[in-house]
Amino acid sequence: MFSLMRSMWLTFLHAFHKRDTILYPEQKAILPTRWRGRIVLSRDPDGGERCVACNLCAVACPVDCISLQATEDETGRRYPDFFRINFSRCIFCGYCEDACPTYAIQLIPDFEMGEYNRQNLVYEKKDLLINGQGKYHGYNYYKVAGMAIGGKDKGEAENERPPVDVKSLIP
Amino acid sequence: MATIYIDNTPFEVPTGKNLLETCLTLGQDLPYFCWHPAMGSIGACRQCAVKVYKDENDTKGKLFMSCMEQVRDGMRISIVDPEAKEFRAHVIGWLMTNHPHDCAVCDEGGACHLQDMTVMTGHNYRNYTFDKRTYKNQYLGPFLNHEMNRCIQCYRCVRYYKDYAGGKDLDVFAAHNHLYFGRAEDGVLESEFSGNLAEVCPTGVFTDKTLKQHYTRKWDLTMAPSVCHHCSLGCNTTAGERYGTLRSITNRYNGEVNGYFLCDRGRFGYEHVNSVSRIRKSLVRSNLPEATDKYTALQAAVQAIRQGSIIGIGSARASLESNFMLKTLVGEDNFHHGVSDTEHDLTELSLKILKESSARTPSMQEVEQADAVFILGEDLTNTAPMLALAVRQAVRQEPLLEQVSKANIPVWQDAAVRELVQTDSGPLFIATPTTTKLDELATQTYFADPDAIARLGFAVANIIYPESPGVSGLKNDDMHLAQQIADALMKAKNPVVISGTSTGSEAILKAAANIANSLIAKEKAAGIVLTLPSSNSMGLAMLGGHRLQSAFEAIENNYADTVIILENDLYRHASEGTVTNFLKSCKKVIVLDYLHNATTEQADVLLATGAFSEADGTLVNNEGRAQRFYQVHPTEEDIQESWRWLGELGTIVAHDQISWWHGYDDILSAIVKEHPEMKGLEMVTPPSDFRIAGQKIPRAPHRFSGRTAMRANINVSEPKPAEDPDSPLSYTMEGYRGQPPSSMIPFFWAPGWNSNQAVNKYQQEVGGHLKGGDPGIRLIEPDPEHQFSFSAAVSEKFNPMDGHLFILPMHHTFGSEELSAQSASVQERIPEPYIAINTDDALRMKLDEGQLMPFAIEGQLYQLPVKLSPTIASGTAGLPVGLPGVPFAELPAWAILNRELQWKPQHQTTF
Repeated sequence: MFSLMRSMWLTFLHAFHKRDTILYPEQKAILPTRWRGRIVLSRDPDGGERCVACNLCAVACPVDCISLQATEDETGRRYPDFFRINFSRCIFCGYCEDACPTYAIQLIPDFEMGEYNRQNLVYEKKDLLINGQGKYHGYNYYKVAGMAIGGKDKGEAENERPPVDVKSLIP
Repeated sequence: MATIYIDNTPFEVPTGKNLLETCLTLGQDLPYFCWHPAMGSIGACRQCAVKVYKDENDTKGKLFMSCMEQVRDGMRISIVDPEAKEFRAHVIGWLMTNHPHDCAVCDEGGACHLQDMTVMTGHNYRNYTFDKRTYKNQYLGPFLNHEMNRCIQCYRCVRYYKDYAGGKDLDVFAAHNHLYFGRAEDGVLESEFSGNLAEVCPTGVFTDKTLKQHYTRKWDLTMAPSVCHHCSLGCNTTAGERYGTLRSITNRYNGEVNGYFLCDRGRFGYEHVNSVSRIRKSLVRSNLPEATDKYTALQAAVQAIRQGSIIGIGSARASLESNFMLKTLVGEDNFHHGVSDTEHDLTELSLKILKESSARTPSMQEVEQADAVFILGEDLTNTAPMLALAVRQAVRQEPLLEQVSKANIPVWQDAAVRELVQTDSGPLFIATPTTTKLDELATQTYFADPDAIARLGFAVANIIYPESPGVSGLKNDDMHLAQQIADALMKAKNPVVISGTSTGSEAILKAAANIANSLIAKEKAAGIVLTLPSSNSMGLAMLGGHRLQSAFEAIENNYADTVIILENDLYRHASEGTVTNFLKSCKKVIVLDYLHNATTEQADVLLATGAFSEADGTLVNNEGRAQRFYQVHPTEEDIQESWRWLGELGTIVAHDQISWWHGYDDILSAIVKEHPEMKGLEMVTPPSDFRIAGQKIPRAPHRFSGRTAMRANINVSEPKPAEDPDSPLSYTMEGYRGQPPSSMIPFFWAPGWNSNQAVNKYQQEVGGHLKGGDPGIRLIEPDPEHQFSFSAAVSEKFNPMDGHLFILPMHHTFGSEELSAQSASVQERIPEPYIAINTDDALRMKLDEGQLMPFAIEGQLYQLPVKLSPTIASGTAGLPVGLPGVPFAELPAWAILNRELQWKPQHQTTF
């Protein structure tokens, strides 16, 4: 009897507590920055596409919902020819972000992706690519990679010596 | 056999090997870089260190490089010893100091030996924080991409390219830690075997440039075992597909055929499958543009077959099954070989020689073991490139047996062996119409017209075994050479005679057979190798059929009025006028093919067939080895194998045999029933209902990505995966994960071994046969009962004719073969057409290098720039075969030089 009264009392007290529910959608949820929501492709500080089409996100994906094709521009810079995520399969596990060596693919705190037609959940590169660096600022993969691309020749990356002069015997 | 103790576990191992290969054979994971099973050890990278103990009481042990240490009985070693492990981790740490941060954009990634070894040694984090060394790259031609930053200085590339494949233009430059592996200057790599660098290089310095154009990681490829379609040797390949296009060809190890390597024609010729001139829709020409679907085409074809009397023309580049199906559909009497009559006769003769001669035809790996080689008439580098590579190894046999075994050096001690042998080479005699790339290794070369080559051959046979017919009127020099060759062949343990059909001379083939049989008569273990024109020439010859000429006559004489042409461009096998006439006189022309060509242009009904990667089938190579190639990926409904088209046609017209065949296995058993000499064909691969633990064998690796997104742009609901009714392979990643039977290994992979070097795990012993035996079944073995009769058809001396030149066919690795010539990268290597004439003849005819020479062969006019050759016999000339811009002529043939009449500029009439 006592426990019954106590439970009712506690429940009654909740009427005066601060609300945990919010009036979504009028009121938006405040999500932590590391919240794993919609996936985007970001750009490096120079505005170039960060994705180098290495396929690591695709192979890390447990539901195999990422597919892409690598291609190169005339200077040898690699980028995805197409990049497709089937969000109707995505489980938002974030493995793709973990696997990405260039910080290109990122999960952002946005979940409002509901669709009436499942086909609309297939996102192509134009839907994924954003005009900024996303969560990780200042990283440019090609500044540390050894490949020469447009605007960065051999030996011009970070921590690189100028190219070897093959004809020199000087140490 | 010896007993060695690895980490206190005893193992029974064969002696004479080094510790590294022994450990790998035993299935141990031991990292290595500079060692390669085909090239031996040099102990350069220090990666394979193990602890070796003096005896069981020794607890300290010493570090040894396992690749440099021979197996001894009672040896005690440790792989997991902490000191050895730390040493290996350090070595890889040093190798990685300058390795760039490239994996994400490197084509080797996912199939990289360096990645595998780094993970294996546990070097997970880099601790080198200083500047990295960089290099400028070089342009190396259409096949290979160069990214020198990634080099770890293992020297494998130069050891392969220079020492193994005999290349001249790749070397190591500079000194100390500035070593540079490349050419002296930018330019196309000259070797025909350069593509192997992509597999030999343990990291991404040399990578496949054609793959780069549609790059796909190895784990994303749908792969199937295939057989190269670009020459008669039948090298085993792995073909990989992604998003419906063929992406790459890699080596598929076969311990009896191609071993670890492929030629560039085979590796890069695959692009014809993706060519713009692919036939992707069937069509009925009278009913264009709407009649482009399968059923209309089938109906039209059936109508043509029902109304007309049909003949069929087979193809030497189509599978055995397709040819057999056509033969059954049109009837044995109406089946013709779609090859020129010379080719037809020569191939039949080759088959006859292999069947009836007492000499066995050795496999390519056995040719590598030959200690004396005599080549008659073949420019191997251009007609059967991988055989040329085998001959390059064969010339090392005699010094290996003579000097190296005496010096007590194990043959895998590559540096020591090469130091000892220097440039010594065993007996190799080459008799060809003109220079070849193998000449540099030859003991003696002999450049002459085909008749003289044959006469030399007959003379050699006569010297070895006097019952073989002799040659009269041979010059003293030639007689002396014949004596020298005969002596060398008699002295050898495993002499091999190599000849083939490329000169178009029957006499040469007969001479080669006589030599081989003379050697057998003298109780030598001699072998004879004959190269053939196309990938399935042997299979077609074994099926039997009439000549192409009789097909033309059948139409001309109204014996038949409808023709079915199977995967064949007739304009490559008969003269333009004849073929055009023939196709015009046919009431209906039904063509099955996958590439548009002059013949398909004239088809009334064109059926789109699958290229080698879209079809199942069997090819019989030049040694009579039947090998199965598998379909790599499902195709659109319209494209299907030729045998399936013909089977459907046969079923619709209610053919009394074909209607009863359901599927691939039925066709195989029908072939064996019809042709008992092909017994064994049904055993080449397991039947299509073969399962391991109830499962199919997956074509895709277990890491295959993107399954739920690849087709999502078309429809988000994924279709059911395609099923393969013809084979035990599945098109997906689902299925049995262990090692499949050797004839159906879709790709080489083992845990921790992602690169092609995983093949170690599939071999009985490293560098030996695959587990369960190498794939392919030899259909031809010499009959010991049969008494060989020596051919007495000794050719007469060649007599030049005034105003004429005897035109000999010249083959080219790149360009002479029909399919690879459609590949974009190979096209960059195709030489310009030319006519090679003797320097003295040119002087007499007042012709200079590069000047246009007009001539006519059988009414076909040519005008080609002259190439001077000091070696080609006077009175003969060389015409490249099959190059674009060189119309067909049945070679060898006499050409009329009629400069005045043919090419006099026409008077322009002005009004």
